[in-house]
Amino acid sequence: MGKPDLELVARLEEKAVDIRKQLIEMTYAIGHAHLGGSLSLCDVAVALYYHFLRFDPQNPKDPDRDRLILSKGHCGCLFYNIFADLGMYTKEELYNGYNRIGGRFGQHPNRKYIEGFEASTGSLGHGLSLAVGFAFSGRMDRANWRVYCITGDGELNEGSNWEAIMFAGHHRFGNLVAIVDRNKIQGNGWTEETVRLEPLADKWEAFGWDVINVEDGNDMEQIVDVLGSLPPVDPVTPRRPICIILNTVKGKGVAFMENEPKWHAGGLSAEKKDECLRLIEQSRKVRR
Amino acid sequence: MAQETFQFFSLIEKMSAREVYGKKLAEIGKTNDRIVVLTADLMRSNKTGDFMKAHPDRFFNIGIAEQNMMGIAAGLALDGKLPFVSTMATFATMRACEQVRTDICYANLPVRIVATHGGLTTGAGPTHYGQEDLAIMRSLPNMTVIAPGDPNQIGKVVEASIEWEGPMYIRIGRGGEPVVYKEDYTYEIGKSITVREGDHITLIATGSIVFYAVAAAEMLAAEGIRARVIDMHTIKPLDRQAVIKAAKETGAIVTAEDHNIYGGLGSAVAEVLAEEGLACKFRRLGIPDLFAGYGEPEYLYHLYGYDAEGICSAAKALL
Repeated sequence: MGKPDLELVARLEEKAVDIRKQLIEMTYAIGHAHLGGSLSLCDVAVALYYHFLRFDPQNPKDPDRDRLILSKGHCGCLFYNIFADLGMYTKEELYNGYNRIGGRFGQHPNRKYIEGFEASTGSLGHGLSLAVGFAFSGRMDRANWRVYCITGDGELNEGSNWEAIMFAGHHRFGNLVAIVDRNKIQGNGWTEETVRLEPLADKWEAFGWDVINVEDGNDMEQIVDVLGSLPPVDPVTPRRPICIILNTVKGKGVAFMENEPKWHAGGLSAEKKDECLRLIEQSRKVRR
Repeated sequence: MAQETFQFFSLIEKMSAREVYGKKLAEIGKTNDRIVVLTADLMRSNKTGDFMKAHPDRFFNIGIAEQNMMGIAAGLALDGKLPFVSTMATFATMRACEQVRTDICYANLPVRIVATHGGLTTGAGPTHYGQEDLAIMRSLPNMTVIAPGDPNQIGKVVEASIEWEGPMYIRIGRGGEPVVYKEDYTYEIGKSITVREGDHITLIATGSIVFYAVAAAEMLAAEGIRARVIDMHTIKPLDRQAVIKAAKETGAIVTAEDHNIYGGLGSAVAEVLAEEGLACKFRRLGIPDLFAGYGEPEYLYHLYGYDAEGICSAAKALL
């Protein structure tokens, strides 16, 4: 791995702070969001949409785009804010249309209403199979775009994932990258106390994947390093698919939410919102 | 509504819908490169081997993993492909039910689920019977539900499916089902076929039971009862007009299907009658809400009263 472009890292870090603040503002405005998992995922999502993903918000259905499947559809709200920030719609439209009759923005995203989403997700354990379908399609078409699938760690409890992981490993879809948001907390508590996932990397490897373990999945330098080092997609030659395990912190950026299972989802009072914004802004200063 | 009437031949010719399906798929796959075919380790059973040989890059044996297969099919369809997905009816509709619902139906994707071994046709016992599939699939928004009226009809269904929007559930038998149609005819999704005209009673059947309804009508004819026979190959969207017409013109309807009496064809027809406020003698035949026993389908159809004899006696009891 080469030396990451520090200017790029700084730009993406700034953007991640902005998006975190927008996420907090939205949660306050609409009253409910899956905050914890959105905050843990925020940095890699920003890195993808503001640099690495071949994606044009003006032309979101470009046939040559990279495909990103959000298996953890609960965190659609993070992407709602990213797409608003990219100018695909206004913030007002998002706030007025979230979970409302006639609105486009459900708690879980529907691809029919928002073009940035490749699939309508929300039921856990579905994304990897969908991504394999895209990978199959790309291979058939000899295309050089990539399929990313973002999964939570808790959702790896679902057996359907392992059907897809086994299949993709066997068929060596080199155009497929899975990103696991390893924040170690699921709905009712810690993953390792619920149904143990570790040794998680060994499991993926045993199923035929190359695994990249990112020690701090909220550190932009490490994220840029790993996403920048992915091998180019070769549509002809099969190779092992890649799994990036991002060791993240649930609730990242807001100290009182970090590693706190109770901040999985919920709303914010005006006071809490202001505190969140202050803490996130502080994290910007620390980075500088 | 002008409908053709077909001559019924008592000389029974049997065919395998799975064979017809496999051949048709390989044929249209030549000209339509969007078609991809998936099976859950039932290639021999689903008869998709011809397609695999002709188009190996568009064929995948997913393994014994129906949930994964439905998800992959959805991903392929999201990327513009036209997937034909095959496994047994029971696994397609129950093991992978949520993937069918959420990945395929919610996104309204053109995935064609061709489910074999529908009803009690497997002879493999309750674990392999598909006796709830029509009810389950009928309750999924966007889903079209079809059970071809004879083994050759699947070819016409596959042809018609190319231009049909949204997901389709197409249920066929194990194979060796009798042929109903001797002559060629026009097939349209959602439009029933009146196989035989009659004005005393109407027998509405679907899938492999259409043959037995026609045979029952012959038995009734010998006793002077003129029974109309409708091949209700499309269970959703249902041909409501044909039901309304049958109720008004014949005043008595018997439905027959190789499926639990709850939730399938009989329920769909009953809904129309109730909603239209039509007073009509009515009886549903099918599996009487139990896990069917072991045996060949012909025996079981007789046991549960929806073979020709069963349909005939139910019709007479109704009149």
